[in-house]
Amino acid sequence: MKTAAYLRRFGISGRGLVVALPYLWLLLFFVVPFVIVLKISFSDIDLAIPPYKPLLEWVGKNSLAIKVDFNNYAFLFTDRLYINAFLNSIKVAFISTVLCALVGYPMAYGIARSKPATRNLLLLLVILPFWTSLLLRVYAWIGLLKANGVINNVLIWMGVINEPLTLLYTPFAMYVGIVYSYLPFFILPMYANLEKMDWQLLEAAEDLGCRPWQAFYKITLPLSRNGILAGSMLVFIPAVGEFVIPALLGGPNALMIGRVLWDEFFSNRAWPVASAVAILLLILLVPFMMWYQSVQARESAGAR
Amino acid sequence: MTTSGGAAVKSAPWKDPSARPYVQVDRVTKAFGDFKAVDDVSLKIYKGEIFCLLGASGCGKTTLLRMLGGFETPTSGKIFIDGEDMTGVPPYERPVNMMFQSYALFPHMNVEENVAFGLKQDRIPKAEIKERVATMLDLVKLGDFAKRKPHQLSGGQRQRVALARSLVKRPKLLLLDEPLGALDKKLREHTQFELISLQDKLGVTFVVVTHDQEEAMTLASRIGVMNHGEIVQAGTPSEIYEFPSSKFVADFVGSVNMFEGKLIEDEPEHVRIASDDMGGTIYVSHGISAPPEAIVWAAVRPEKIFMSTAQPAGTDNVVRGAVQDIAYLGDLSIYLVKLPTGKVVRVTQPNTSRHAEAITWDQQVYLSWDATSPVVVTR
Repeated sequence: MKTAAYLRRFGISGRGLVVALPYLWLLLFFVVPFVIVLKISFSDIDLAIPPYKPLLEWVGKNSLAIKVDFNNYAFLFTDRLYINAFLNSIKVAFISTVLCALVGYPMAYGIARSKPATRNLLLLLVILPFWTSLLLRVYAWIGLLKANGVINNVLIWMGVINEPLTLLYTPFAMYVGIVYSYLPFFILPMYANLEKMDWQLLEAAEDLGCRPWQAFYKITLPLSRNGILAGSMLVFIPAVGEFVIPALLGGPNALMIGRVLWDEFFSNRAWPVASAVAILLLILLVPFMMWYQSVQARESAGAR
Repeated sequence: MTTSGGAAVKSAPWKDPSARPYVQVDRVTKAFGDFKAVDDVSLKIYKGEIFCLLGASGCGKTTLLRMLGGFETPTSGKIFIDGEDMTGVPPYERPVNMMFQSYALFPHMNVEENVAFGLKQDRIPKAEIKERVATMLDLVKLGDFAKRKPHQLSGGQRQRVALARSLVKRPKLLLLDEPLGALDKKLREHTQFELISLQDKLGVTFVVVTHDQEEAMTLASRIGVMNHGEIVQAGTPSEIYEFPSSKFVADFVGSVNMFEGKLIEDEPEHVRIASDDMGGTIYVSHGISAPPEAIVWAAVRPEKIFMSTAQPAGTDNVVRGAVQDIAYLGDLSIYLVKLPTGKVVRVTQPNTSRHAEAITWDQQVYLSWDATSPVVVTR
């Protein structure tokens, strides 16, 4: 008690500490790294370790010079490579999100409408892949998709094809990988939304003259809108910056912003440009994150 | 309160063997696995009736209602509505609307849109929809709430939206699942009478499911009492109350004192029962059909028992006991009187005078009743 009273004199209370914890965490692991990256993005490239010039420099005895270089950003808009990579990333993330929604919605719907006992089992199965490393799972897809892989062998054995299909290192393989990996992120919020659904509303709609598909279109779909948005954002936001899956499955032409970032950082050692790419990516995704947050807030408020 | 009942009450079509039933349930059974939720039920409901299915939860009344609506398929048997076999007809093609217990209002639509939903489904011209919705909302006194969302309404208002939505399509048959269950007592009573006058005005046939016997009594033209998936008795409220056909019905509808006894005199115009339960003999002024010396039950309603401190004349239908408990309800009082046999008899007495010389706790009293009062049931 004494220590508590003592601490309180300095404005520190137990509640304050509890509330401070997440802020502290975000400060250490988000704000500080972000500021560092932001700083690097305004620096000049240099052949040194680290490979950039400091932002602040003592020139003479009593003057501190600050040199902010916007060239890194300007450079991103002059070279079509970066803009194309951004646009391509958004396209890939968008298509992946749509595919996840098309596959994930029926799955979430099926789980939500199954018996409560089966539901938990099905949900467990959805989460189960997380118990294995993402890298391993993506490598497993290589084994399935390669020229003498499982899929080609089965198709040849069945007589559907004579020559093995080129599946690996194609956009197809990349989409398969992304949709496979991100599907649980769509299914879980979608299920959480559908699980709260009052299925008697569908009976009411049928009673008022709707065929089952009309009832789905007019009742279930609008009421599960927030679930669709939440799931889509959870897929779209990380998919834009996805690096591993396009690199392993997509082949050399899969030009995505995560790949560009990697190349700039490790191959070219162009840290300032890489940082500028990272900052722009973040700025690009902020509106989507804010949208997701507002959807989440609406969802938990229960208003539809 | 004699408003009970629906447009068909005066003509009593169920007494006319040539009358054509509007709804006919023909030997319908619904089984879920081994469990028969509805067991071989046959029923005729006539145009303009308010027919109440009354029973405890799990008795099969909701399942029966859902089969009328087309939400469950009978395992065997047939349902005819307006002479048409409803087998295989989905809910959206039946001339029936349902008001759900939870009201099932669409949360993303306002009151107006909810009510218009069924009409839009039928591709009725916009102007007509608008007019019919407005008329309906006026009828249920919700004209000022047309733009509100369901979550901005009170329970009673939601109930009226649900009612408007199910009536706006002008169904010939309206199914109501515990329509007043979510309302408080005052509102419930008020709405019961509103429902009856509405039904009278529109000439719709109502089938109402309820577990509340008071509600059934107030609303119904006829009541079907259900137990374990069967209709144990169907009749007008007064038939059900005054002439219950079994112990279950007598006990379920209203409160009753049940005396078990042996038939010792069995004449065409009277019977006498020796009851160990009561510790005396019961004389009933009508004959019954039961074998001699059969074990029967005499059911006497609490309000038909007289209570006095002086010994009444005669030996039949009289018993002495001590007042064990009194519940004062204002308009009447309930007395629990313990007989020497250990049985506790429930007696209600109207409080007709403000300064009545009250019978109090532990007082010795005589209980008696008329020979016409007991109902004798054999099962």
